[in-house]
Amino acid sequence: MTGKDLPALNIADLQSLLRHREVSPREVLDVLQARIESVDGKIDAYLSIDFEAAAKEAEKANVDLPLGGVPIAIKDIISVSGESCTCASKILRGYLAPYDATVIRKLRAAGAIPFGKTNMDEFAMGSSTENSGVKLTRNPWDLSRVPGGSSGGSAAAVAADEAFGGLGTETGGSIRQPAALSGVVGLKPSYGRVSRFGVVAFASSLDQVGTLTKTVRDSAMIMNAIAGHDPQETTSLNEPVPDYTEELGKDLRGARLGLAKEYMIEGIDPQVKTAIDAAVKHMDSLGAEIIDVSLPHTDYAIAVYYILATAEASANLARFDGVRYGHRAEHPRDLLDHYGRTREEGFGPEVKRRIILGTYVLSSGYYDAYYLRAQKVRELIRQDFAKAFEKVDALISPTSPVPAFKLGERTDDPLQMYLADIFTSPANLAGICGISVPCGFADVDGHRLPIGLQLLGKALDEARILQIAHAYEQSTDWHKARSPIAATLPNA
Amino acid sequence: MLKPSDLDVAYVARLARLNLTDAETELFQRQLGDVLKYADKLRAVDVSHVEAAAHTIPIFNVFREDERRDWLTAEQALSNAPRQANGLFIVTKVVE
Repeated sequence: MTGKDLPALNIADLQSLLRHREVSPREVLDVLQARIESVDGKIDAYLSIDFEAAAKEAEKANVDLPLGGVPIAIKDIISVSGESCTCASKILRGYLAPYDATVIRKLRAAGAIPFGKTNMDEFAMGSSTENSGVKLTRNPWDLSRVPGGSSGGSAAAVAADEAFGGLGTETGGSIRQPAALSGVVGLKPSYGRVSRFGVVAFASSLDQVGTLTKTVRDSAMIMNAIAGHDPQETTSLNEPVPDYTEELGKDLRGARLGLAKEYMIEGIDPQVKTAIDAAVKHMDSLGAEIIDVSLPHTDYAIAVYYILATAEASANLARFDGVRYGHRAEHPRDLLDHYGRTREEGFGPEVKRRIILGTYVLSSGYYDAYYLRAQKVRELIRQDFAKAFEKVDALISPTSPVPAFKLGERTDDPLQMYLADIFTSPANLAGICGISVPCGFADVDGHRLPIGLQLLGKALDEARILQIAHAYEQSTDWHKARSPIAATLPNA
Repeated sequence: MLKPSDLDVAYVARLARLNLTDAETELFQRQLGDVLKYADKLRAVDVSHVEAAAHTIPIFNVFREDERRDWLTAEQALSNAPRQANGLFIVTKVVE
């Protein structure tokens, strides 16, 4: 192991070196900074990095803590005290968070060092990171393609070995989908499991913070730090938090895995289908029991999702009024002109589109037909999952119906972009947990594009899906494959 | 029943306090018309016996002790304000 190989390490291996004093937190930070300087010009995963602040943290880091001395990349929607937090939006350019989000406070308590704010779709609205108001992020496996989104910056940073691990957020798949498209592990915890205090709200009944990592174990390690009750967040569940690493290592014998017939849709890329079929067969051969289940209301999930998410977003984004923070239009004629132009100048096209849709579905005369009806269908979707989980421990599906698509390929048709969330958004609607793990590659135009396998678990059953995902991961070599830009580093 | 043409983007934009250009208004009218047409499929679901789910967890009222604690100082709370003076946010004039 030489210094410059460090960025290839996963969190568990890095922490072991730190704990054994084979490398210091400051050395790790310097090497990571050099790595970012050498590759991020090609990937553009990061929006801002406060090296000075991180270096100070590194000097006093306690390496005997579970994440002691480990730098973690943070999606730019999460408040890190004193650092820029823009949600990749012009309306928040120059905003400095006055306090730490609870997840940041907890990461610090576990010894981790928040390091770098990552690019995203503006206010987390998108599936490709192309809606960033700042810049495009590129997929480390093929620089002409998207990394997925909205947590595309964190996913690409991990895939390019310019982060050891990262935090993302999800409203309808924004961790799992970029994890799949970028070839990393993405965990969305159950609603209420991780505090959103200090995280800029998109759709409050759906939002959740989670992890983007190189391995399932790393995800469990971060979850051990960030999960749990927060008195400052009213939707935070006051339930015991298990040690998520404890069950890792158990095999798949006896695991009951469900295949939903409603997920066998047209429009799944043939190479994705082949990879998922092979993964199912593989888990069957390792002793898992494969069970057919039904989720009858699946076909309605995208419609429900886009009504509820935009309605809640239109309410949450009302706070951007150019008074307390953020951009403010110059020389307003009156208050309406002040609001109208501040928001016109500050928000990008997708955010505007969603504010309009959300305002419409909440407006007088349409509330019952759209918003209330969508909430009722949401309950039916939740019940579908509850019934399925009486028979199975986890559900298996592709994470995304397609591998990474080309930059610009889908930006003209919002509805087509929304349909990419078909396998991920139901979990947010139902409040359950889900994880995406690498399960193969599609060969497209001479590039290997990662494919993600999704496992969904019932609410608060993160330990179970982590255990199943870990057993699958460790029985394959997919997680050892490295993006071409990461392979420019020597192997650790 | 509702037709997608019920959506008047220019009117809704005023409700949302969001100025749009004519080109944006026209584009959103078409694109959101498509999205609403897609959402029409929800009309096929029988929801007559279903209670609406505002969210998915069994938490309703959350109370805490009404105790003093430290939080942002006025200076910190004002630190991101586009305009401020004398410890106050400056707002655009509301009354003549």
